[in-house]
Amino acid sequence: MNIIVLAKQVPNTTEMKVNKETGTLIRDGIETIINPDDLAGIEAALRIKEKNGAKVTVVTMGPNNAESMLREAYGLGVDETVLVTDKAFAGSDTLATSKILAEAIKNLEYDLIIAGRQAIDGDTAQVGPQIAELLSLPQVSYVEEITDIEEGFITVIKSTETHSFELNVRMPALITTLSELNTARYMNVKDVWESYDKEVKKFNNNDLKLNKEEIGLKGSPTRVKKTFIKAITKKSEKQILNAAKAADVIVEALNPHL
Amino acid sequence: MTKDIFVYVEVQDNKIMDVSLELINKAKELIDSRKDFGFQVVGVLIGNKISNLAAEVIYYGADKVIVCDHADLSLYNTMNYAEIIKGIIKKYNPEIFLYGGTILGRDLAPRVSAKVNTGLTADATSIEFDPNDEFSKELWITRPAFGGNLFATIVCPNHKPQMATVRGNVFEKAIRCENKRGEILEYKYDIITNNAITLVRKIDKIQKKSDITKAKIIVSGGRGMSSNIDLLEETAINLKGEVGASRALIDEGLCPKTIQVGQTGKTVKPIIYLACGISGAVQHTAGMENSEMIIAINTDENAPIFDVADISIVGDASKILHELNTRFK
Repeated sequence: MNIIVLAKQVPNTTEMKVNKETGTLIRDGIETIINPDDLAGIEAALRIKEKNGAKVTVVTMGPNNAESMLREAYGLGVDETVLVTDKAFAGSDTLATSKILAEAIKNLEYDLIIAGRQAIDGDTAQVGPQIAELLSLPQVSYVEEITDIEEGFITVIKSTETHSFELNVRMPALITTLSELNTARYMNVKDVWESYDKEVKKFNNNDLKLNKEEIGLKGSPTRVKKTFIKAITKKSEKQILNAAKAADVIVEALNPHL
Repeated sequence: MTKDIFVYVEVQDNKIMDVSLELINKAKELIDSRKDFGFQVVGVLIGNKISNLAAEVIYYGADKVIVCDHADLSLYNTMNYAEIIKGIIKKYNPEIFLYGGTILGRDLAPRVSAKVNTGLTADATSIEFDPNDEFSKELWITRPAFGGNLFATIVCPNHKPQMATVRGNVFEKAIRCENKRGEILEYKYDIITNNAITLVRKIDKIQKKSDITKAKIIVSGGRGMSSNIDLLEETAINLKGEVGASRALIDEGLCPKTIQVGQTGKTVKPIIYLACGISGAVQHTAGMENSEMIIAINTDENAPIFDVADISIVGDASKILHELNTRFK
């Protein structure tokens, strides 16, 4: 069985600071990590591998330095990694990204594709379902438990706001995972050591041959019109108070509503 | 020619989700801002035995409702639902298509976007027609970006429909009005049912004791309360409210994700939001800034939470809550 896990390298923070003068993000000195929902996807794939036997391939799209994340994936025990990288891919929105990744995946073998639900630097949760559509695969997003996998079927539990559903899905299929799904293992020293000798496969657009109209900024249906820092909407006077006085102020404000 | 604003009307347990009604009303507001376009608000209702709900969608402001009611649609299946929506889009050419930012909406909308090759913006917090051009049909969709420290306005100029998902509680629904009249259009189920996903069992969720999105009073804690979670709970009981939390407490494993307030958690709009030891990163404030009254307590007088607060108290939240609780004994 072949499992592809889609992963993204993201800044290790959900609270990027903004340069208030230029309105741009301050990226200096920010460490990068495997996106948490994707890390859960890698862990899920490795558990299936241990139980049922599988080849696990991690695929990412990003700049060349995303290779360090793929080495980390080797350190966790995955079998193969692929970096999809090309200057022509820069500026892609979710749909253009999905087209590129779907094209890359067509060059690989798979029974199951696992994507993290969403990346902490974008929070869109769109790439998984879009790739499922582009590859005509059944999809289950927001998977919180994998209960069974055998003979061409995977059984998963997903929840909506009101119910949980246990679903039986015919493979090939795509699922998206929540970071709550599991706790990722630590890297294995031997695997980390060996990871430096392992090959990170690279695909650029000479390999994928996507039409320039379909990728990058040009191939993205959505555009960023403007970015801005939110203007302060309210300004109340700050009161430095001891606990008793503070409790008085709060009780007074609450009183009409209790 | 593309026209009209379509809203996907989500149904759970034979009940329309509030967020869908909120979007119907928002769509009406958008149309009223551009009367010359002659657009209508169209609800899209898909499922099994849901036809009875079409009138409700009209009572809440839709001019038309397209209904696709079929036995094969009883279990939500992304592929079948997306295929139906594709058919509806091809037939009616909507200019705009909005979805609730629910688990279902965020599963369905991206699949539709890839199917009809159009753009989609997730988790919009504001939607308006291009404010600089009164003849423009371009929708300016604003969402928090990068953890919410930056806002981005996204447009989709050359692809139709323009699509967005929007969370619950961001917009308000209209008052239900049974005198409203509208048109109900039946849409024939004409796809080959995909059976790749079957239901093993439906599990009723253990009824959560709290639903913070409906709470009138929320006592919310941040990193500054990490060693005093029980104090938040005690205060919430005293005030007959619910406990909320910022991402910090969820990440530390101190509170469940179900009570997280913020861009990646829930959006809340209580009468009173008591923010205790929460610094107020935009990630958090994006989910609570529409509360009627915000009372913020923080030891750091430069904490950004004070920028959105109606009452700003510089002090130790734990001590203050402790004192507050003694008043209810």
